[in-house]
Amino acid sequence: MSDNVLLPSGSIEKQTTTLNLGPTHPATHGVFQNIIELDGEKIVAADSTVGYIHRAFEKIAERRSLYQITPLTDRLNYCSAPINNMGWHLTCEKLLKVQVPKRVDYLRVIIMELARITDHLICNSIMGVDSGAYTGFLYVMQYRELVYEIYEEICGSRLTTNIGRIGGFERDFTNTAFEKIERFLREYPAVLKEFEDLFTRNRIFMERAIGAGPISAERALNYGFTGPNLRAAGVDYDVRVVSPYSRYEEFDFEVPVGSTGDSYDRFLVRNGEMWQSLRIIEQALRKLNDLKGEEATVYHADVPEYYLPPKKDVYTKMEALIWHFKIIMGEINMPAGEVYNAVEGANGELGFYFISDGGRSPYRLHFRRPCFIYYQAYAEMVKGAMLSDAIVVMSSMNLIAGEMDA
Amino acid sequence: MALSNEYIKEKLIEKFGDQVTGFEEPYSLLTFRSDKEINLKVLNFLVEEESLQFGFLTDLCGVHYPDNKGQEIAVVYHLHNMRENVRIRYKVFTSIAKPEVYTATGIFAGANWMERETYDFYGVNFIGHPNLKRILNVEEMDYFPMRKEYPLEDQSRIDKDDEMFGR
Repeated sequence: MSDNVLLPSGSIEKQTTTLNLGPTHPATHGVFQNIIELDGEKIVAADSTVGYIHRAFEKIAERRSLYQITPLTDRLNYCSAPINNMGWHLTCEKLLKVQVPKRVDYLRVIIMELARITDHLICNSIMGVDSGAYTGFLYVMQYRELVYEIYEEICGSRLTTNIGRIGGFERDFTNTAFEKIERFLREYPAVLKEFEDLFTRNRIFMERAIGAGPISAERALNYGFTGPNLRAAGVDYDVRVVSPYSRYEEFDFEVPVGSTGDSYDRFLVRNGEMWQSLRIIEQALRKLNDLKGEEATVYHADVPEYYLPPKKDVYTKMEALIWHFKIIMGEINMPAGEVYNAVEGANGELGFYFISDGGRSPYRLHFRRPCFIYYQAYAEMVKGAMLSDAIVVMSSMNLIAGEMDA
Repeated sequence: MALSNEYIKEKLIEKFGDQVTGFEEPYSLLTFRSDKEINLKVLNFLVEEESLQFGFLTDLCGVHYPDNKGQEIAVVYHLHNMRENVRIRYKVFTSIAKPEVYTATGIFAGANWMERETYDFYGVNFIGHPNLKRILNVEEMDYFPMRKEYPLEDQSRIDKDDEMFGR
């Protein structure tokens, strides 16, 4: 019983119950423990705990060269690993002052938007599962598999992708990859439409989600919200628009914005973003087709100090092997300096704060993880709600354990 | 009117005089520092001043500079003016013997966990923080692991010759 509830003696109706929501139940999305104080079914107080899968990324990064850090980044938000990879490579490129060719930017945009779609479709469909509807999850899941096949075609792995290099890509996209991207663009809209039809005007889903865990725009900003969670509260902030990277300024897309900041708005914003991402990918494919001459084939910048030599040469030529080894082991020093670079991750502004002292590894590397920063508002958002709302609010926030707890 | 780095610098100097120092622009991001005693005043000024409005705390983290005697620990704030889309970086330094900085939780609700993380890793005691305890590590830990005196690899290993590995 909490100390701040005054009870008439002998009353059991007003007693509060302490409930550990999580950390092992699937509906608590990973390993989050929420200690919830319940009055009947109503939540009077909540306290959240993180810190179960902490892997000390930032410490490990202080002993590693740039390419050895890439695999750490794709384990942050593992639902959209390529965005993290690209964000990291963009940060390195900013520090090293590397200019990438046009084609690389467009290819990156395609990959990042595919990753955004997979992240949102998982989040929204799991929100359906958490509120009692399994079907939508099955509709969209096969298309996440298709996107994973695209990743596999490009870099050889599916979940923790490690896509890209400083300055571009390791190899050009194959025809099969483009065919699969086109198949995705052809087939996914119908599925997304069906998914929307199933949820958006569904009475039960609306009752569960509307008004659950609302947060005002001022409060959201004060808490450091970014991404769809902030946009659902009505703030039109998107890193792709305000500080474009990878030529996002050339693309024509809208930023879906909500008004109330409740779970339903967050759901709608994510769905809206999936449509916009499809638009962006279509435009990027068209822009790729319009490239002429050398621009149409080059898939990496000409920066031999940072871009790994082709694998074929590494296996057959001594110089290439030595050069590969020197880059991987960080024999080539970086310029000293401090850089902060942000990309629009699937669930908010993913920032990398990189301090270099001129050595082979970062002196200090700090990840600005959107999940970690906005999850602290959870206790405030569920206060006064029902116990069942706590689950919906949590799934609507798109919490990724790996990112929160890096 | 776009908010330029020179304008922010002028405004800060106008208000705080020589208490704010170390103006730099690495990769065109305005960076400056001040004494740790006035960190709340500076943050408040950056948020409240009509022409600045850095109302969004993007990031807060610590850095350890063991060679910087008396000022070993830095607390770094990244602030963002979303209307003008300008970012700045603000640093305060504190000694490792008595790492104390005033908490920014009164200004930014989001500073709460970021300060707990900084405490967890660097042992910075944020004065006035409502719930200053470890967040990512176990509570029983009695050291601050991101400090430079805890190197990652076991230095006593003799089976690896560091020179061969470029370290």
